[in-house]
Amino acid sequence: MKKIEAIIQPFKLEEVKEAMKGIGIDGMTIIEVRGHGRQKGHKEVYRGQEYEVDLLPKVKVEMVIADARVDEVVSTLAKAARSGKIGDGKIFILAVEDAIRIRNDDRGEAAL
Amino acid sequence: MKAMKTFQPAALSLLLLQGLAYAQAPVDLNKKVADLEAAVKSAQTSGDNAWMLASCALVLLMTGPGLALFYGGLVRRKNVLSTMMHSFILMALATVIWAVYGYSMAFGEGNAFFGGTQYLFLKGVGIEPNGDYAATIPHQTFMVFQLMFAIITPALISGAYAERIKFSAMVVYTTLWMTIVYFPMAHMVWGKGGLLNAFLGGTIPSFDFAGGTVVHITSGVSALVAAIYLKPRLGYMQEPMRPHSLVLSVIGAGLLWFGWFGFNAGSALSAGGLATSAFVATHFGAAAAMIGWVLAEWMKNGKPSVLGAISGCVAGLVAITPASGFVTPMSALLIGFAAGIFCFVMVTIVKMKLGYDDSLDAFGVHGAGGTLGAILTGVFATNLVNNALKDPSGNPLPLGLVDGNPGQILNQAIGAGIAIALGAVGSFVCLKIADLVCGLRVTEDQEVEGLDLAMHGEEGYNLES
Repeated sequence: MKKIEAIIQPFKLEEVKEAMKGIGIDGMTIIEVRGHGRQKGHKEVYRGQEYEVDLLPKVKVEMVIADARVDEVVSTLAKAARSGKIGDGKIFILAVEDAIRIRNDDRGEAAL
Repeated sequence: MKAMKTFQPAALSLLLLQGLAYAQAPVDLNKKVADLEAAVKSAQTSGDNAWMLASCALVLLMTGPGLALFYGGLVRRKNVLSTMMHSFILMALATVIWAVYGYSMAFGEGNAFFGGTQYLFLKGVGIEPNGDYAATIPHQTFMVFQLMFAIITPALISGAYAERIKFSAMVVYTTLWMTIVYFPMAHMVWGKGGLLNAFLGGTIPSFDFAGGTVVHITSGVSALVAAIYLKPRLGYMQEPMRPHSLVLSVIGAGLLWFGWFGFNAGSALSAGGLATSAFVATHFGAAAAMIGWVLAEWMKNGKPSVLGAISGCVAGLVAITPASGFVTPMSALLIGFAAGIFCFVMVTIVKMKLGYDDSLDAFGVHGAGGTLGAILTGVFATNLVNNALKDPSGNPLPLGLVDGNPGQILNQAIGAGIAIALGAVGSFVCLKIADLVCGLRVTEDQEVEGLDLAMHGEEGYNLES
């Protein structure tokens, strides 16, 4: 099993959700986060006082999927989240040891 | 035509009969006149009092929630409740002080500087009008209208000490400040026999229709002194201190504008033409100032900001406050436009140069805008709008420069100067005493944690509950 952590533009969330539903991925967790990579921040001015805002709002999508589906999920996700501009985000793939469904103690990929 | 012909003799005979009746019963005629006079008086009182009671409610709305929202939106989210509380608690604190001794100190007959003891505990302040102040409304209406001003004035200062003052210190400071700054200043300008009262025997007649000196200069200058005394917030100019919700501030500014109609037009103390004139000047002043501020900002920073728009309208409302009731709509536009640009420069350029941390610009808007408005009132005041001042033969006296009375500008400057001096010295004394009594500033840990939790044990936004 692998965990996919994708940091994407907030306005791309709907497209990513639809794309995942389209290939049969049912479970995901969404977190509103702030951060920055290579994308520069922007300047805000309040009554003459300037602020550099470099931590920008992003959405982090987390999914745990079967090993066999990693390539398909990653390419679909990247395609849905891509605008082609700097700031589109990143996808990380992590190994997962086990998964347990709390309701009935299912284990491994059966719990996904 | 035919009908009229037949009607005329009938009407004539009716008149004759009436005349006969009057001649036979002169006592009835006198009684009728007296009844008529009483009815007219009662009708005027009803009209004036209806507007004045509405104005009282409008002015209270300026503090809560108007100012509470305006200031609350400008601070960081960890201080939103404490900042709102600075305004809201005054609706209670100032009211009690006013009832016990405040009204008497401000509006009792005393000397040129403060009132006497005659209205302590509101003794004798009843339904009968007080002819010196407002002959057509109950004395209690006048008293409660003035109370609403006493509530908002100290609340304006809270913009300077927001995000770092102890709540206990704020209560002590404000109580002292009302006693040694606000009540005397209100007496000097509006009280019977006050030094600056142009209408009730002041030796330096100065025009302040609705509180440019009393409310805005005193609070603005006191705010500056408080900001300097308290020193900047932790991390000022190093860490971001963006307004946490300009949305709240926009709602607050809208409510301030709305309430200001009661503040200024209500200061006519009646519901006639003078109230209309003040109402119109108020609105025009706010509108022109918003345009002035936004234009200046657009040219300097390249973007017209929403914070600029709402700050601009408040600056205009401040500057037009002393002038409303004395100036024409066109003069109001000029005063407002000048105030919008002047306050923009004060808040964005002068403050940065001087380096004091007036968190929410109580001085840059109220102190600066109030002073400009007081001076410009001396320029634009005209007896075409307000002819209450007359020479012995009954002709209206010239008021400001536009009426050919340039000396009024000096009187206005003296009035402003007294308000500045009293605000500065008075505020310093009150800060010093509050500092000795309970310490002014929260600890560093509390300031980092935020005043909402540290002072009140609450948070403004509990999104998970």
